[in-house]
Amino acid sequence: MATIAEAPAKLGPVRAVRRRVVIAGILVAWLVLFAVLRGHQTLALAAADLTDLHRWFNDVNDSIGANRNSNPLFLYFFNEIRLVIDNLVTFIQSLISQPSAGRPVPTIGWLGVVAIAGYVSWAFGNWRVAILAMAGFTFFGLQGLWQESMDTLALTVSAVFVALLIGIPLGVWAGLSDRVNRILTPFLDFMQTMPTFVYLAPLTLFFLIGPASATIATLIYAAPPAIRITAHAIRSVPETTVEAADSLGSTRRQTLTKVLLPMSKRTVVMGVNQTIMAALAMVTIAALIDAPGLGKTVVQALQSLDVGTAFNAGLAIVVMAIVLDRVTTAASVRAEAARRSGSRFAKWRKHLLVAGGVVAAVVVYLSHTYVWAAEFPGQGSTGSAIASAADSVTTWAQDNLSGFTNAIRNLITNGLLNPFQSLLTDSPWWLVGAVLVAVGAVLGGWRAGVTAGVCVGLLVGTGVWSDGMTTLASTVVATVLVMVFGVVVGVWMGRSPMADRLIRPTLDAAQVMPPFVYLVPFLALFGATRFTAIVAAVVYAAPVTMKIIADGIRAVPETTVEAATAAGSNTWQIITKVQLPMSRGALTLATNQGLIYVLSMVVVGGLVGAGALGYDVVAGFSQGELYGKGLAAGLAIVLLGVMFDRITQAAARRTTVPSRG
Amino acid sequence: MAIHLVAGSRPARWRAGAAGLAALGLTLTACGGAKVGDTSSAAGSSGKCGTFNLAVNPWVGYEADAAVVAYVAEKKLGCTVNKKDLKEQVAWQGFGTGEVDAVLENWGHDDLKKKYITEQKTAVSAGQTGNKGVIGWYVPPWLAKAYPDITSWKNLNKYASKFKTSESGGKGQLLDGDPSYVTNDAALVTNLKLDYKVVYAGSETALIQAYRQAEKNKQWVIGYFYEPQWFLSEVPLVKVNLPAYTTGCDAVASKIACDYPVYNLDKIVSSTFAKSGSPAYSLVKNFSWTNDDQNLVAKYIAVDKMSDDAAAKKWVDANPDKVAAWLK
Repeated sequence: MATIAEAPAKLGPVRAVRRRVVIAGILVAWLVLFAVLRGHQTLALAAADLTDLHRWFNDVNDSIGANRNSNPLFLYFFNEIRLVIDNLVTFIQSLISQPSAGRPVPTIGWLGVVAIAGYVSWAFGNWRVAILAMAGFTFFGLQGLWQESMDTLALTVSAVFVALLIGIPLGVWAGLSDRVNRILTPFLDFMQTMPTFVYLAPLTLFFLIGPASATIATLIYAAPPAIRITAHAIRSVPETTVEAADSLGSTRRQTLTKVLLPMSKRTVVMGVNQTIMAALAMVTIAALIDAPGLGKTVVQALQSLDVGTAFNAGLAIVVMAIVLDRVTTAASVRAEAARRSGSRFAKWRKHLLVAGGVVAAVVVYLSHTYVWAAEFPGQGSTGSAIASAADSVTTWAQDNLSGFTNAIRNLITNGLLNPFQSLLTDSPWWLVGAVLVAVGAVLGGWRAGVTAGVCVGLLVGTGVWSDGMTTLASTVVATVLVMVFGVVVGVWMGRSPMADRLIRPTLDAAQVMPPFVYLVPFLALFGATRFTAIVAAVVYAAPVTMKIIADGIRAVPETTVEAATAAGSNTWQIITKVQLPMSRGALTLATNQGLIYVLSMVVVGGLVGAGALGYDVVAGFSQGELYGKGLAAGLAIVLLGVMFDRITQAAARRTTVPSRG
Repeated sequence: MAIHLVAGSRPARWRAGAAGLAALGLTLTACGGAKVGDTSSAAGSSGKCGTFNLAVNPWVGYEADAAVVAYVAEKKLGCTVNKKDLKEQVAWQGFGTGEVDAVLENWGHDDLKKKYITEQKTAVSAGQTGNKGVIGWYVPPWLAKAYPDITSWKNLNKYASKFKTSESGGKGQLLDGDPSYVTNDAALVTNLKLDYKVVYAGSETALIQAYRQAEKNKQWVIGYFYEPQWFLSEVPLVKVNLPAYTTGCDAVASKIACDYPVYNLDKIVSSTFAKSGSPAYSLVKNFSWTNDDQNLVAKYIAVDKMSDDAAAKKWVDANPDKVAAWLK
């Protein structure tokens, strides 16, 4: 037994060592050639300069705008979609957020919404999440943000509804057919990595300014998780189960509805969860095209650098995200439990549900009829208290920490970022391209090498190569920092359930708090620099790596750790010799996700001094003449994302396969 | 099995009854409350104005314009005002699609004028706002006081090394803000042979924060800024004199070596809105005020944290004759 297990384990390190030597060789060759060829063929392009491709993008955009009113595609296709979605959003808004039908208040008042939230959470989840939901919703009122929160909720619900309407059938199809899956994947990558700023302005051209554009912008970003996770769920149903159904003579449809869908219900609900989170991440960006709700409050507060007000609204988004996350998670657990046991409490529960439904209906009626239940009482004094507390914390940090933070910034910028960036931007483009292809091939195999080669070629084609390399440098530095934090905190969380329970809510908050909120204090601490952008990216990307690494550490079999302890290993040895090596797959996945998350913050970085691709995208959104360049920069971000995703995924497959065998 | 069910359902029925009773109780106690619609004092749309779609571009000065115009349109003309928070680019696009009626503070934007006024003919000018837009390079007040000669561009190279940062690659840093700003700074640095590098902060927020920190901690910052701007009432930045503007000196973008012109900010409306005969259109057309007026309302909003409506009301109540002139 022991010898069998040892054979692949021995093979693994040898291959890894050889790979490390090759990578080191590539890097040394790069440094030598860099010293010789520095400053040649760098493909630099000044901020206001354009290439022919950029001008062509501009022309296409202009001609669409000019022909909008006569084009049948607009008249009979886009306009119809817009009408349907506009009506959907307006309908939900009239229910919960906006005055409707000649009344000064929405159809359902605050108390009714709280009752429905509680009832639905209880019916699909459990009583604990029901209490959480009711408390969370009441908190919006106390913050003085009831209407804004309900507008955000209305928009999120509509976007998620449409996303699922499209996403789940597509996901099922992709789960059943390999070919569909292969065709969809690049589109989904594109939808998730293309910066929203790039298509925000064109969207208002297609679907006009209003709820439809905001919903569709949200939808584009939020639908992919639903599709991917549904497909994954269908694929994870054991082969044998499907074969059993087939042999019993089930038709394709029967297999789908009686076997595949019920068995993948739990995972599909997790997809719904991720879609909701992604939709909430778009709240502030959609506000830039007049989406109603909390995002507007954040954006407007930042025009006058009012951190307190922005934080208060950001906190409401966080609370909404946590409530919806916990409720859908509880719902997926219930879906699993209900499938497993035809419980004898089922009937019992049915009666309770009816009774609860009656109570909720009565409360909804009250909130429709009486002012006290319709309009949230009070002035939102909790909100002002939160705002002023956030203000004083920010002021304190700015006054007391900025010397220290500036020192850190200078250290990392001069010691790490500047040398690395000049290596990337001052090397000839073909040299960097060759290095990327070679590293890709060594880490991920020849397929990954080919992908890297195609991506490099297309990157040169976008005309923003030099900016792309500047962004790449910051991205790599940010990812390194993310991994450092991710390993430290992730290992801690993985080893201690207590630490996990305490840290996790903070991670959730860091993932959904709109970056715009913490950018102002970061600007005070680090100035308008690339480093500020890196810090913002780390805050956003570190939580996901921490969670993945914590899961990986926890998945290491208890018996292995115990054996190591019995053999006299100390804690440090257990972590470095057992737990980390055995969760290599999780580490690679964490690097992959960390990089993708960091890339999704490139545009936000452009708003705080990172320049390069992020700035190009923002500039394209702001100035018509730069639109084409912004689009090209967006494409460059997608290309960087696809290239690193393919390389790290291929590398992950390589590292995990031997340990399975 | 059956026995289990009966036994199980008894407490359930009891609980359902209790819940129903509780609900009934709640209903009864609630009867004393005021009903929705009882005190309905909704003004209703009595005016012939109808709906007025007003774009609000993302800076506080514009927000002040929009606050006052919207307040007057609602209160004096009975319009239903839809304020839409949009960037310039998207707002102008809205003229053609009928989603935007008016833009109240336009800074130059010759490219947009060419596209939407000249070519697509979906927008027309509605005259000037009375505000004078000044663009230029500014330093924090402490710097201008400590080194008075810094306000002339000829001395900038002398101080270049002081403005070095981690971002400027060994040169002095000239900080630029939001990409939607009208800027010739890169050409200016080259053509005036200045030892500076333009660093793009990327947003107005970043720029203001940089100046605020610089004034507080006596740091060296020089960058792009503009008036009228609420932040100047908090930190009165000092403008650096570039070679004076002469007509035509900015004709070729890459050759510019002179200061920015003074912009007469103007109002743009959609062609259909201009022809509609809406009283809101004549309000927009007549709307005009000074930089001081705008700065005051902007200060109410940004520094005193008043709501748009409250800030507008305060100014309108204090300036009835100016408002009356707009309504003629």
